[in-house]
Amino acid sequence: MHTFAELIIVFVILLDLALAVTGSLSSCIRLVALQGVVAGLLPLLAGSGAPHARAVVFALVIVTLKGAVFPRLLMRARDKSGARRDVEPLISYPASILLCLGAFIASSWLGSRLPLPQAGVAWIVPASLATIFTGFLLITTRSKAITQVLGYLVIENGIYIFGLALFVEQPLMVELAILLDVFVAVFVMGIAIFHISREFDHIDTAELSELNDWRRGEYGK
Amino acid sequence: MEIIKPLLQCLAALLLSPLLAGVINRVKAFFSGRRGQPLLQLYLELYKLSRKTPVYSRTTTWVFKAGPVIGLSALLAALAVLPFAGRPSFLTFEGDFIFLLYLLGLARFVTVLAALDTGSAFEGMGASREMQFAVFAEPAFFLGLAALARVTGQGSLAGMFGALTGESWRTAAPVLALLTASFFIVLLAENSRVPADDPNTHLELTMIHEAMALDHSGPELAYILYGAALKLWLFASLIACMVLPRHSGSWVLDSALFGLALLGMAAAVGVVESIMARLRLTKVPYLLITAFAFSSLALIFQLGR
Repeated sequence: MHTFAELIIVFVILLDLALAVTGSLSSCIRLVALQGVVAGLLPLLAGSGAPHARAVVFALVIVTLKGAVFPRLLMRARDKSGARRDVEPLISYPASILLCLGAFIASSWLGSRLPLPQAGVAWIVPASLATIFTGFLLITTRSKAITQVLGYLVIENGIYIFGLALFVEQPLMVELAILLDVFVAVFVMGIAIFHISREFDHIDTAELSELNDWRRGEYGK
Repeated sequence: MEIIKPLLQCLAALLLSPLLAGVINRVKAFFSGRRGQPLLQLYLELYKLSRKTPVYSRTTTWVFKAGPVIGLSALLAALAVLPFAGRPSFLTFEGDFIFLLYLLGLARFVTVLAALDTGSAFEGMGASREMQFAVFAEPAFFLGLAALARVTGQGSLAGMFGALTGESWRTAAPVLALLTASFFIVLLAENSRVPADDPNTHLELTMIHEAMALDHSGPELAYILYGAALKLWLFASLIACMVLPRHSGSWVLDSALFGLALLGMAAAVGVVESIMARLRLTKVPYLLITAFAFSSLALIFQLGR
């Protein structure tokens, strides 16, 4: 059983790497959704013995939200904003994947030093830290608003997996609160991206640093 | 009897390695609905080439003639440390996987030197690409072997693959799965199979390995082709040893199973070639970086267990 859970953890890390190199926006959205589903199913598989009824219901809620609702909203935001289909990274893909690997090395070192209760499954802590880092990577090195939303979702996945290291069954209130936050965030950002694109013809965040009226050279004309 | 076994194993590798290329071609032909070349095509070609008189360009020197010979002998030497169905061959010592890597590196180096010696633009291009991809493939292979050494706690190739059992797949399944994937990508790239290179075409855009052998002829071309077959055998047998660790005590049964696994590997390569298109040349390093990422993940995993 634990080997199986370990395989899932490896799969989560491979999804991180895939996210770092995927160029197409829609497959990025799908990868994030898949990661959410895999992470959501993890507590059912990692726990010993038959899972609690509450855990099953909770896992189902997470899987529907992350696997069906979020991708829909994001796809809709992508279509409405008329954005180009690729993620437009600021650094090259090999650099992204090497950063990801470096993050995994660093997080496995960190994971061995953190004073945490012994997790049932090896590698949960490094995998979660690496996932969180991948989320940060997506937020900082991709130039679109929509990939930043994806980055937040990946971070949420990472936090969720990190929670599993502490308790096999999550404290319900905490996780529900996070989930609600992320849900609202995705919802609001979907609307915001739509408005940004209607106002400025693109969702490139680099351009948003100059929001005022005057442009260089036109001043004092 | 014990001295006979390594001899028989090496003989099997020497005799059967050109068969793998035949199997790959037949699988590809099956997928595209053709009858395909005879299974023994490579044997026939080797026989034909070995009877021809080589032709040398006047601009070449002894380096050009030495290239194929040294390349082939390096690969023959590599057979001496290569385990067969998890059993040691003639030579086995601590750290012989580094020796194996250096032999492969030497074979590559002399091939590239011979290609550069002709002064042909195409060969120079092929040599440059071969070296560029080797930069990515070698660390992936090396880290993979290092991870395997950590999994089994052995320092020699025969020790590593001999210590692998079905039990290791139960305890270290993620690591071994990652390593298998990584080695398979390295196999495809090192043997210039499809996602990295197309062995069928001789277009400039795809020329990597073939481009380096353009000026060789006669027995020397046969050496190069045979060396390529041995290299394919080498990588395929490493993967076969890993996927199918020996379990029965009988040498004959293990060897037969191992042979079947090798044919299965060749068929897998054929399937990959049939269903995939060749990657754009600039994307090939991405593929190899993926293999590198797999290997290093496996190593990190194993280190932290």
